[in-house]
Amino acid sequence: MNIHEYQAKMIFRDYGVTVPEGKPAFSVDEAVEAAKAIGGELWVIKAQIHAGGRGKAGGVKLARTIDEVREHAEDILGKTLVTHQTGPEGQLVRRLYVESGVDIDRELYLGLVVDRENDGVVLMASTEGGVEIETVAEETPEKIHKVVIDPLTGLADFQARQIAFALGLEGKTVFQAVKFMKLLYASFVEKDASTAEINPLVVTTGGELIALDAKMNFDDNALYRQPAVEEFRDESEEDPAELAAKAHGLSYVNLDGNIGCMVNGAGLAMGTMDIIKHYGGEPANFLDVGGGADAETVTEAFKIITGDERVECIFINIFGGIMKCDVIAEGVVAAVEEVGLKVPLVVRLAGTNVEAGRRILQESPFDIVSAESMADGAKKAIELIGG
Amino acid sequence: MSVLVDKSTRLIVQGITGSTGGFHTKQMLEYGTNIVGGVTPGKGGQTIHGVPVFNTVREAVEETGCNATVIYVPPPFAADAMMEAAEAGVELIVTITEGVPVQDMVTVNRYVADKGVTMIGPNCPGVITPGACKIGIMPGHIHKEGRVGVVSRSGTLTYEAVGQLTALDIGQSTCIGIGGDPINGMDFITALELFENDPDTDAVVMIGEIGGTAEEEAAAWVKANMSKPVAGFIAGRTAPPGKRMGHAGAIISGGTGTAEEKIAAMQKAGISVALSPADIGTTLQGLLK
Repeated sequence: MNIHEYQAKMIFRDYGVTVPEGKPAFSVDEAVEAAKAIGGELWVIKAQIHAGGRGKAGGVKLARTIDEVREHAEDILGKTLVTHQTGPEGQLVRRLYVESGVDIDRELYLGLVVDRENDGVVLMASTEGGVEIETVAEETPEKIHKVVIDPLTGLADFQARQIAFALGLEGKTVFQAVKFMKLLYASFVEKDASTAEINPLVVTTGGELIALDAKMNFDDNALYRQPAVEEFRDESEEDPAELAAKAHGLSYVNLDGNIGCMVNGAGLAMGTMDIIKHYGGEPANFLDVGGGADAETVTEAFKIITGDERVECIFINIFGGIMKCDVIAEGVVAAVEEVGLKVPLVVRLAGTNVEAGRRILQESPFDIVSAESMADGAKKAIELIGG
Repeated sequence: MSVLVDKSTRLIVQGITGSTGGFHTKQMLEYGTNIVGGVTPGKGGQTIHGVPVFNTVREAVEETGCNATVIYVPPPFAADAMMEAAEAGVELIVTITEGVPVQDMVTVNRYVADKGVTMIGPNCPGVITPGACKIGIMPGHIHKEGRVGVVSRSGTLTYEAVGQLTALDIGQSTCIGIGGDPINGMDFITALELFENDPDTDAVVMIGEIGGTAEEEAAAWVKANMSKPVAGFIAGRTAPPGKRMGHAGAIISGGTGTAEEKIAAMQKAGISVALSPADIGTTLQGLLK
């Protein structure tokens, strides 16, 4: 799960990780009030969307007067930002963050990530602040410094010092950095984050470290024990169909094609998308009804797929294991009865009780096309939309 | 004629009194798995499907001499169950539970590192040696005794592949589901090494998916060490970047973990990669001729 920059900074602030003074604003007037309350002579007005690359898209602006704060807030709020992470349709800005400006001496990068290769949390740092870490990794990998953190001891002081010296920090800043990194790690572990990035982390002209930006992602599997993080969820940043699916325990991802897919199991669901593409079709979605799907789940999944207007054909691909094909077939028939069928429906069943399942589909009053195999189903779905 | 599990495996079920644990205990018993006990804290002394229930894994080990465990406990308690089994000296720990927090797995892997145990999962279908021992949730009847090893990050896609093999009259020595989480127990390389060293396995099917670099590392290992033929498939060629595709570990992030990279690395290592999931069985069949 993603949260906004200002929310990540709220978490940082709670843990003592230094951030500039700032306030979120949901209207232009609120932005102006926020700037006045913060005081000073320099403010930054930042669009709050979940995607990165806001600066280049015109979503981050400096203001030297309150009039400029108003001007920039009017400009950014309600604007649709198109960045390399939003896709061409862009993301509407509904929230702003107003922050006091900082005198920057150096820009660095600091990140924590659950690293699969190292089986643990890795602290990463680079002197190339403000540049995407992927770009640094590709072009100048020698500029990235990493330490693997032992979960039983946490980030050790010497590891943090090692990173601080590698970043070229000096004097008291080294010791502030050690504290900073340890607090950041504490917030990361205690909040069940999967990534935390500070890009840039700045050294001010006074030699102080401040998190100028903040990005945190959280482990969805751990949200059950992180109610405060769950509160940060901004549903307007998420796909409505994906949210509806999630509410029913389904896993759904919207894609660009016109063949709606319903599959049990994530691997098979990806495989189904792949086979559609393999035969020249375009999948409209990834939808995993899970290993224990019942008639109700199938109906909900069916509603989500039929709710997508681009879907011209539906392909249901089920490999019944513990979940029996006849139960699934009954679920499909019940779903069609409830939701109706406006586009062709291809169903492939395999595994436990497959014969009984196929019979239920054949004997139903609906025009359900039966497929013998995954390949057969994909080909039939493509044929039915004239592909 | 297998790896990891066979007729001599003495299994306990952690979470045996739960609905999932109880259901699958029955299924595994019907398949012929030798289940010697179950564990649910506070329910010791009960009997489920004729299997004695213990309060602790240590007690179960002492009373039954079990050498393997399968874990069905809910996500908040799964990490503790894994550590309890490792501490009690159970050699093989198979965790079916989906939804274990990733940082719990980081701690578990560190905790078990020096305990000499083999961990499989979480978020996996389990391990089966057809005709001998089924540990997990896979449908037993689609499998057939034979000489092809299967290792996979997926559940139902593995069933699909096994179904194709069985339909082609190609039996399996052992099928190992390593699971779809980013931090887990056994990886591809360990599974491949087991199959390479198993005199009763002739070839291997390896099913990967987007996310991480485990397949690339496995491909490099195959190239350097594997004498047996390997057929492969990677799910998620059409998956968009940055989106989690059902499995917690199935996500292309920062441009790495794409299917193309994995397929290229596998092909370079001499693995025959099926480009369609419908061709996994025939791709392996081609290697046996």
